[in-house]
Amino acid sequence: MSRIKSYFENLNKAGKKALIPYITAGDSYLESTVPLMHSLVDAGSDIIELGVPFSDPMADGPAIQLACERALEHGTSLTDVLACVAKFRETNTTTPVVLMGYLNPVEIMGYPAFAEKAASSGVDGVLLVDLPPEEAADVKPLFESHSIDTIFLLAPTTSENRTKLICEHGSGYVYYVSVKGVTGSSALDADEVAKKVAAIQDQTDLPVGVGFGIKDGATASSVAKVADGVIVGSVLVNAIAESASQNLSVEDTCQKVSAIIREMRAAMDQE
Amino acid sequence: MTDLAQDAQLPDENGHFGVYGGRFVSETLMSALDELRDLYARMKNDPAFQAEFDRDLAHYVGRPSPLYFAERWTKEVGGAQIFLKREDLNHTGAHKVNNTIGQALLAKHMGKPRVIAETGAGQHGVATATVAARLGLECKVFMGAEDVQRQALNVYRMKLLGAEVMPVEAGTRTLKDAMNEAMRDWVTNVDSTFYIIGTAAGPHPYPMMVRDFNSVIGREARRQSLEQTGKLPDALVACVGGGSNAIGLFHPFLEDDSVAMYGVEAGGLGLETGQHAAPLSAGKPGVLHGNRTYLMEDENGQIIGTHSVSAGLDYPGVGPEHSYLKDTGRASYVSITDDEALAAFRKLTRIEGIMPALESSHALAYAEKLAKTMSPEQTIVVNLSGRGDKDIHTIAGIDGITV
Ligand SMILES: Cc1ncc(COP(=O)(O)O)c(C=O)c1O
Repeated sequence: MSRIKSYFENLNKAGKKALIPYITAGDSYLESTVPLMHSLVDAGSDIIELGVPFSDPMADGPAIQLACERALEHGTSLTDVLACVAKFRETNTTTPVVLMGYLNPVEIMGYPAFAEKAASSGVDGVLLVDLPPEEAADVKPLFESHSIDTIFLLAPTTSENRTKLICEHGSGYVYYVSVKGVTGSSALDADEVAKKVAAIQDQTDLPVGVGFGIKDGATASSVAKVADGVIVGSVLVNAIAESASQNLSVEDTCQKVSAIIREMRAAMDQE
Repeated sequence: MTDLAQDAQLPDENGHFGVYGGRFVSETLMSALDELRDLYARMKNDPAFQAEFDRDLAHYVGRPSPLYFAERWTKEVGGAQIFLKREDLNHTGAHKVNNTIGQALLAKHMGKPRVIAETGAGQHGVATATVAARLGLECKVFMGAEDVQRQALNVYRMKLLGAEVMPVEAGTRTLKDAMNEAMRDWVTNVDSTFYIIGTAAGPHPYPMMVRDFNSVIGREARRQSLEQTGKLPDALVACVGGGSNAIGLFHPFLEDDSVAMYGVEAGGLGLETGQHAAPLSAGKPGVLHGNRTYLMEDENGQIIGTHSVSAGLDYPGVGPEHSYLKDTGRASYVSITDDEALAAFRKLTRIEGIMPALESSHALAYAEKLAKTMSPEQTIVVNLSGRGDKDIHTIAGIDGITV
């Protein structure tokens, strides 16, 4: 059983929802990524989505665009990102790690080489924003053979038929994008999300994570009431950017990010 | 070589040209692409839609555009006879309008009140703003901040036409970044907005659709060649940015295997310098902007900056059908440097009294080289994709003159 699946099962037994933070690897320094991952876990995160920086992040708003630019300024490559995961795994063998990013860096590494390296580094899932299931026919079995989950997005515009197709192809969890827009968009409509998530859960046993527009304890807990996982990205990335602009140490940056996670965790667990 | 008749039917139902093309976009856009694919599949075979398109091309754009025998230039070059397909004479001054007319008609059929576009040289932006004005659609054009400076004249034209021009400061501040930003806008406003992509790239069905709308160029050129010379041309030459004017000229000739095809990429300061925009000549396959195609990228899959004196060719990717035609060998892809293109610009202006766009000047410069290797009985059709008025600022700047 995949680490993601068993993790969700355990959470379920404990009556808890997954808190899933996103950070971009190499932002703002390659050396800060692994300490940040550990702090996220210590502050109460369940699964980590680690962003692979890309030069043309078409589905991202300004916050993650700038994170990619900061990471690429010192040349963070997919190989570097995998090395971060391997280092993280030296002391943490329980927290699932999902790589999130765009297809091209993976395409250039080559799919078999990537699958092998990702598995040996301890990656549990891969979410490629610009790889819909229709184009994933060759990739998915390859990931599967290395016990890597392929996580797909669902959007407010996704039809019922497509929802079915995506849930059939995905594993680990499905990622529901709560708003039409790029990452960092504002205003998530909690009632609308509740309806959509329920409709998705009708179609699949996979856990449903909800991302986009979650910025604090209140939005996190409102989503936790209706979904299996709460995915948070731009607020963390903004905190990392602020730390960099203030020249904060890695420890201080970790503390800043941990504070955000702790608030969300507390709000989600308060029932 | 593969079966040409079969190749002419590509893409397949999923938008693939061999391994290229496809739909590599985030989920939010998939339904919009499904809807567009289905609508276009109906309209492609709908006589009423095609009649409306043809009528607009005739009476609004001014088609057919002439096929002009550049006699004086031919004499000067010495070799094959060179004919120019005069897309520069179209309303708005380039081939781009063929496509915007078609896509705007689709937007109208879908009932979308708002259109967006990306633009490099500004020709596609102007063509989009023009059809938006005519149909009363709200229009926003994304343009790299560097191109906003290079193509100031076109920026003002768009504004006069009522479009909002959004300078894009991200990344390399050129066409690819404008396209990223247009995609982001589309994701955010997908219900109200039709994205008019300006070249034969992007996710399916765009490469096919843009090709089909521009194929009027090749259909006319084929007929005009037969009428004027009694035979098909021996070679076709067109510049390749994203590849819409080239595929528009090439496609109706795909099955005529006696007709050689040359796509001319921007060689910038020279391929060896890395300062160019020639993914087919010097790049490798990857995935960007919704399709798999040749790209300019580094060893880690990051897209790298491009350089060309012509903003319309300054793009790190290329339409997927060109990638396919390169691999099958049906078309050849070559490059021309900034300096060679500038020389061709000056030459055509002086010898024929036709001022070509800097993009088109790349095709002209290659045609000149090619003609010299051919005999006087042979003919070449060069796609004169646009006129050079928009580039006068750039040329004057190179000449040290402020206009
Ligand atoms: C006159 C002209 N020719 C060619 C191009 C390049 O585009 P494509 O390769 O799609 O024809 C442009 C783009 O702006 C243009 O304005």
